[in-house]
Amino acid sequence: MGALLEVENLTVWLATRRGPQKAVDDVSFHVDAGEIFGLAGESGSGKTMTAMALLGLLPHAARTSGRAVFDGRDLLSMSAKQLRSVRGRHIAMVSQDPSTSLHPMLTVETQLTEHMRHHLGLGRSEARGRATELLATVRIPDPERALSAHPAQFSGGMRQRIAIAVALACQPRLLLADEPTTALDVTVQAGILRLLDRLRREQDLAVVVITHDLGVMSAVTDRICVMYGGRLAETGPRQDVLNQPRHPYTRGLLDALPHPEGGAAALRPVPGSPPPLGRVPEGCPFHPRCGFALPSCRTERPAPVLVGEAHTSACPPDPLGGAA
Amino acid sequence: MLRFLARRIGAAALLCVGITLVSFILTQLVPGDPAAANLGQRAIADPAAVDAFRSKYGLDKPLPVQYLTYLGNVLRGNLGESQQSHRAVAQDLAEYVPATIELALFAIVLSLLVGVAFGVLAAITRDRWPDQVLRVVSLGGVSMPTFWVALVAFYLLFFKFGLLPGGGRLDPGMNAPPHVTGFYTVDAALAGQWDVCSSAALHLVLPSLVLAVYTVGMLMRFTRASMLEILGNDYVRAARAKGLPERVVIVRHVLRPALVAIITVAGVAFGSLLSGAVLVENIFSWPGLGQYAYRSAVNLDLPAIMGVSVVVAAVYIVMNLLVDLLYGVIDPRIRLT
Repeated sequence: MGALLEVENLTVWLATRRGPQKAVDDVSFHVDAGEIFGLAGESGSGKTMTAMALLGLLPHAARTSGRAVFDGRDLLSMSAKQLRSVRGRHIAMVSQDPSTSLHPMLTVETQLTEHMRHHLGLGRSEARGRATELLATVRIPDPERALSAHPAQFSGGMRQRIAIAVALACQPRLLLADEPTTALDVTVQAGILRLLDRLRREQDLAVVVITHDLGVMSAVTDRICVMYGGRLAETGPRQDVLNQPRHPYTRGLLDALPHPEGGAAALRPVPGSPPPLGRVPEGCPFHPRCGFALPSCRTERPAPVLVGEAHTSACPPDPLGGAA
Repeated sequence: MLRFLARRIGAAALLCVGITLVSFILTQLVPGDPAAANLGQRAIADPAAVDAFRSKYGLDKPLPVQYLTYLGNVLRGNLGESQQSHRAVAQDLAEYVPATIELALFAIVLSLLVGVAFGVLAAITRDRWPDQVLRVVSLGGVSMPTFWVALVAFYLLFFKFGLLPGGGRLDPGMNAPPHVTGFYTVDAALAGQWDVCSSAALHLVLPSLVLAVYTVGMLMRFTRASMLEILGNDYVRAARAKGLPERVVIVRHVLRPALVAIITVAGVAFGSLLSGAVLVENIFSWPGLGQYAYRSAVNLDLPAIMGVSVVVAAVYIVMNLLVDLLYGVIDPRIRLT
């Protein structure tokens, strides 16, 4: 099956006071139809900017290069008008915090139907009927009544379900979910993830889950891509990346996760902090924090190399290779 | 919604009572004895005459009783008699107040149309040339003194080029339309006197333009700031992510929440248009509340002054109530809590 989204050499420059700085640097990946693809990394690693570049919602004065071919058309070279016809229609977005991403003053019905009516040309009652179905799909109790309610009348988990319903309204083929569970209680996170998983099975929807939480990744994703300093560190099937990480950064992230039987001693934070925009070091961006760094890591920019079936790691010294 | 409404209206009613109390107390604090002021030199020497005067006007009763009497009169629409016009203050006000309200309404509607439109334009072209130009316009609007704008406008638009009528509410020789609302434009339209209606409307243009200069400048600034604040919200990005046309994003998702701040400012501005129109009313010979208040103050006409303050305060309260209710219409969270 051909990829639904093929991102090639995506680079994003953001305008800063010190001139344009690379927020995303030469990133390539693909997403297949019906798959859940995880984009992982700490804040500032370029995950969100990658998603915003795909939607054409980068801040003013940002520039991009590379290609992002969605369904045969390059998103990066589209006009604003063409992009608007794709956004919300074929590619939808769910953002982190539903208490800020849903409009506080508009009814659920308005927020669910306005883009349906715009993109699909539905009439008021048709859109209303479809909105009721959508709310039922995301398991909102009493959908009819929910339509005339406002977001403030729902709990955080319910709001995120509504936000997902809003994203699904026009039956998009790709959903970009930016930290979809981060702002929610742990108890409702699993419900949202199960919902995403069910939707992709039922609606042949591809989902890109952007998160810093590898726990979320391990729950639902098929493939994972780990970003660091705007660059790809490691890409591969979920089991391979999480069970046999080959990039020291992935290893570090996994070691920083609490284990049920490990106790406090098992928690090992990655030393240092990720580089801020415009301060990404030469060579491998991770070398200042890496326990395995060689002199060459300081000067040579590592290219991703194949380390397994469909598994690449941008760490040519491959210090973890023997551990596999 | 009904509870919200009832609560707001109840609070407004209480405030109105409070205002009559304050204005009553203020008149008690004014030095001078009403008996002495009204009876004249000879009668004041006669204790029987003074007592008769006091008991006639209830001044021998305790203050709370006097206040209740006053409150009862106000509620029945009796504001006393003006010492200059020797007519009921209520009758005077019925003539002057609508003139001012008509002018202030014209000015505020004009200000809202222009101020909000320019403010939105400035916000969406932030730091580009339309924004820069509009910044100068709004600065000019709030910095030019109103009396100066009034004189310049009067000179240019009336005296020099004769584009607009200069003063009064109607062309000379025209009779006022039959009194219904006191707004000449409305009354004339109701009576089908279209020539009177258009003359009344034309006479409104110049003074309300002058009054609007300041409010436009202020509303532009508030609209721009409020729009920019809202534009940074997640829900605006979410609206764009839905692929909606930018026009819909701006009007439905940004302007609506921005209106909360805008109507707050507009409500206050309307109040100050009512009470601050004294200069403009004088320059344009507008027979309104400003002129009446000025004359009453100069002549120490206490019943008239009290009447004016009660009316102005009541208008402020009604405006506040209206603004509160509009909040509820715009933002459901206010209505629901």
